Amino acid sequence: MSQVHDQNSGNDWPLFEVFVRSKQGLDHKHVGSLHAADDTHAISLARDVYTRRQEGVSIWVVPAASITASAPEQKSDNFDPMANKIYRHPTFYDIPDEIGHM
Amino acid sequence: MITFASCFVRCEATVTSVPIDPLKATFWIWVEYRRQKPEPVLMQAETAHPADALRRPERNDPAFLAKIAAEQKIEPQDEMPDDYRKHLVRQISQHAHSEIVGMLPEGGWITRAPSLKRKEVLLAKVQDEGGHGLYLYAAAETLGVSRQSLLDALHSGRAKYSSIFNYATETWADIGMIGWLVDGAAIMNQVPLCRCSYGPYARAMIRICKEESFHQRQGFDIVRSLVEGTTEQKAMAQASFERWWWPTLMMFGPHDSDSVHTQASDWGIKRLSNDELRQRFVDVTVPQAAYLGLTIPDPALCWNAERGHYDFGPLDWDEFWRVVKGGGPCNEARLSARVTAFENGAWVREAAAEHARKRKFERAAKPAEKIAA
Repeated sequence: MSQVHDQNSGNDWPLFEVFVRSKQGLDHKHVGSLHAADDTHAISLARDVYTRRQEGVSIWVVPAASITASAPEQKSDNFDPMANKIYRHPTFYDIPDEIGHM
Repeated sequence: MITFASCFVRCEATVTSVPIDPLKATFWIWVEYRRQKPEPVLMQAETAHPADALRRPERNDPAFLAKIAAEQKIEPQDEMPDDYRKHLVRQISQHAHSEIVGMLPEGGWITRAPSLKRKEVLLAKVQDEGGHGLYLYAAAETLGVSRQSLLDALHSGRAKYSSIFNYATETWADIGMIGWLVDGAAIMNQVPLCRCSYGPYARAMIRICKEESFHQRQGFDIVRSLVEGTTEQKAMAQASFERWWWPTLMMFGPHDSDSVHTQASDWGIKRLSNDELRQRFVDVTVPQAAYLGLTIPDPALCWNAERGHYDFGPLDWDEFWRVVKGGGPCNEARLSARVTAFENGAWVREAAAEHARKRKFERAAKPAEKIAA
């Protein structure tokens, strides 16, 4: 099968991450990824692969190589410090019953 | 490792004596923080290759097993044992291959479907199978393997796919049986996989299971209209049922005592054993067959009140292994159809890549034209 592989070398389609807005008023949400020749091609493939049952009203595609992700080994550095800042949440504060809803 | 919090405390201690603009303070804290922190790593979101910096735990690493036991999902960039990664690549890619090869036995019937309605439905169903293959290939790629290497493994015969697709679809009733029985068995297998420990696989399975239910119902609907039809149609359904019953039970794989992949349950990949799933399928399907008036080709089949399950006769394991090893009725035809399709599609991939290069070139040239004008 190496012959098959050679035929295709240099023509490997890059990977795109696909985001779909399920209905007007909601965020685009990551739904998966696919290979396509370019962005326009990726949109048309994403339509067939991810919205065969009206799952969306809008599609974004982003080359996977353009996404910068936070490093997993810095997960605790990044996110643990927020664990002890409970005063950022409204439930931290006592509101007298007489005040009612605030 | 310095955390943002500890950095804040230290900076605060040095600035308490002077009144200070809080905005400016935040900026300097940030500078200090960045100075001590390594640069962010450029990494593809769902598709990062195993980071060398990550610890690669042993296959029975207590911390890893504890994470699985606590039902925490493993994501592509999390540390995982090499064997866990290998197991997933094998299982997910075999699953993907099954979806793609699974398009073949039904694809041949699209032009032969008995009505426009059946043709539309079958076309949609076969398109779904292609989509399922694509979700799964993408999930496998998050583990650091390339699409091309997975396809190479399929085309060279190194990779396996579900043996059920090595049986022929001789009559229209077989299309009904594939939906009702084969997809029914697949759902039995796949529903527990929606809770599998590997995030991208679990998410792909949720999507697939949502769509699979339509497949089973359209199959049941085909069989139902045949058994409610003429004597010939009913006989066609019964003959087809007899052809597919045993191969469908074989889809759940070898007996638990002969199954080699027991580690998969410790890793939260396999939730129920082969025999448990097979039993569930029999229990659910027997009453459906009775409703349809079809006779199950198994003299040993009977309700066991003590167990609360149906007993059923032994499977022909010689046939099972023969088909797995390539000796089924259609093994060669299926594989050569896949290889031919891939080779014949080479010019399409080449043309698409060339078109993309041309468009990129044109886009790059546009601003220059503006300046010139």
